[in-house]
Amino acid sequence: MTGHSSVGWVDIVVILAYLFATGYLGWLGYRGTRSAADFLVGGRSAHPIIMAVSYGATFISTAAIVGFGGVAGLFGMSLLWLTVLNIGFGILIAFIFLGEPTRRLGHHLRAHTFPELLGRRYQSRGIQIFAGALIFLFMPLYAAAVMTGGSIFAATQFGIDFEVALLIFALITAAYVIPGGIKAVMYTDTLQGFVMVFAMIFLLVFTYMSLGGITEAHNTLTDMADLVPAPLAQMGHQGWTAMPAFGWGAPSYDLWWTVITALVLGVGIGVLAQPQLVVRFMTVRSRRELDRAVPIGAVFILLMVGTPFVVGSLSNAWFAQKGPLLQGKVVEVINVEKDRALVELMQQSESGAWTSILNPKTQAPVRAPMIIGERTSAQDGEGATFELVAGRSIAATYTKGDADKIIPAFIMAAMPHWFGVIFFLALLAAAMSTMSSQFHTIGTAAGRDLYERISDKGYQREPSILVMRLAIMIGLIIAVTISYTVRQEYVIARFTAIFFGLCAASFLPAYIGGLVSKRVTRAGALASMTVGMSISLFWLAFIKAREASAIGLVQLVTDGKTSLLANYPNWPSVDPIIIALPASLLTLILVSAFTRPPDKAHLRRCFPD
Amino acid sequence: MLGIDDPYVLMAYLGAVSMAVIGIIYGLVRRNAARDEVTPEDRLWALDEKKVDDDF
Repeated sequence: MTGHSSVGWVDIVVILAYLFATGYLGWLGYRGTRSAADFLVGGRSAHPIIMAVSYGATFISTAAIVGFGGVAGLFGMSLLWLTVLNIGFGILIAFIFLGEPTRRLGHHLRAHTFPELLGRRYQSRGIQIFAGALIFLFMPLYAAAVMTGGSIFAATQFGIDFEVALLIFALITAAYVIPGGIKAVMYTDTLQGFVMVFAMIFLLVFTYMSLGGITEAHNTLTDMADLVPAPLAQMGHQGWTAMPAFGWGAPSYDLWWTVITALVLGVGIGVLAQPQLVVRFMTVRSRRELDRAVPIGAVFILLMVGTPFVVGSLSNAWFAQKGPLLQGKVVEVINVEKDRALVELMQQSESGAWTSILNPKTQAPVRAPMIIGERTSAQDGEGATFELVAGRSIAATYTKGDADKIIPAFIMAAMPHWFGVIFFLALLAAAMSTMSSQFHTIGTAAGRDLYERISDKGYQREPSILVMRLAIMIGLIIAVTISYTVRQEYVIARFTAIFFGLCAASFLPAYIGGLVSKRVTRAGALASMTVGMSISLFWLAFIKAREASAIGLVQLVTDGKTSLLANYPNWPSVDPIIIALPASLLTLILVSAFTRPPDKAHLRRCFPD
Repeated sequence: MLGIDDPYVLMAYLGAVSMAVIGIIYGLVRRNAARDEVTPEDRLWALDEKKVDDDF
């Protein structure tokens, strides 16, 4: 890999200057109007740009940029459907249809957390505890995804070990979230949002320009379909500008089911039921403020998720044209005319002989698709002469198959070093704005929704605040532990998808039902949440092969298989949301239909208009 | 078109841009359409929220 992976003093000065600027802005904010609640108390309005960018910065994190950008580098532009859903659901539907009802219901019921909103809407302590527990237990998984994304980038950019980067990242996060960064300081969020916008625009323009323009860049990528590695092609990968093969009943359709059900639908729909985003609507001043935030939010999300997905995919074209030269010997010709082949990668030893590069896990020679540029004669370790070829390959070859490293590797190899530092700041900004919300949500879930509700002694401020702080520290430790121990294939995107899918299946029907229908009952909501969560967890533990095999329970009950449905193709690739969300919705409707409706006085309080 | 042969990927590429354009048009059309008032209930809610924030 080329590039310049080192930490220079200029890098350190720039990063420290940025951190101080953020801190100073936060401190200034504390002295005056700082949070959305302050604006509301003062009867004033935050500028729509501040509201939208602050929401977007909470929404988008290193998980989207590094994790999903890397998945696009592996699977291609089919992931752009997630951008469509992120804007369509995450901005248009959320702001236009859910924002105002959420704001009004929250204010009518004086709810301040998402579990509290559900609990008070359904007059159920159990529902609030249920939702609080789910958030407290699983939000650290999502926080771990964000942390892993930032740490991988820092490790690649500055040439340090992942573990060291994670430790630094954890310390910065702790310094940011524990003393008070958890408050929604909108100006700080907005500064972070603007850094992200600048980085994404530069990244997009630079990438397209370096590949000869939009159409030329896409043409180059389209022309590379024959370089898709065999394991991905067998799953249905048909090129980086093509959808995976669609169908049912054969392993060659697995990729479609993975990309569309887990990554696109799971995350795309799941955003509607994200607790840390739902509460943001309650801090908005009016419907007009929501309407005005829509355009900025939509453009912001387009840049934040559209850019990494396009750039991640195009990184394959860049590496194939301009990446570092690789050497090896041809194993199989892919295309004679274009001089493309499957090559066994080799390196030159100190004695000058060429030896195969071995996969450290399997000890088998590493093979990669290559566009051959040069052919020379060379000698192998046994002195035999062979034809040594040199050429370039796809992005995953340069990251040893690790999708999470594709965006960091591309930035380091393709972009100027100063941009790497700016991009790191953008990622730091994306991570901090998201993590401050995540840990705030973990804290309130533990303090307000669990501790206060379980003890049921009303609002006990002092102990509750202590519980919140403890919960944040525990959440942080769990997130760091997960980041440290779990390093698997595109783990960032998978962790994010698990949490988003779980939230969607458990909360979405009860949340939307509670906003729009007076007929949904407490029993219906509780049953729906239980069914959604149970099916999701069962599916993750026993059906979805990748997650089930990592959890390990399924191997115990099936003598080593990775899924209960291992003999039925495609089922092990289907995301839980496909089963759990409809089941949860159906449960909500059926149980509500057969149980006593909520009392009218309560409904009048929820919907006074 | 645009170097992308697969119509579904092209649809996603243009669809993402179209969604953002729809958002812009919506925002412009609805710019002053909704009422903008802070009710006593809204202010009460915000005071509660601020109190928890400040304690935190």
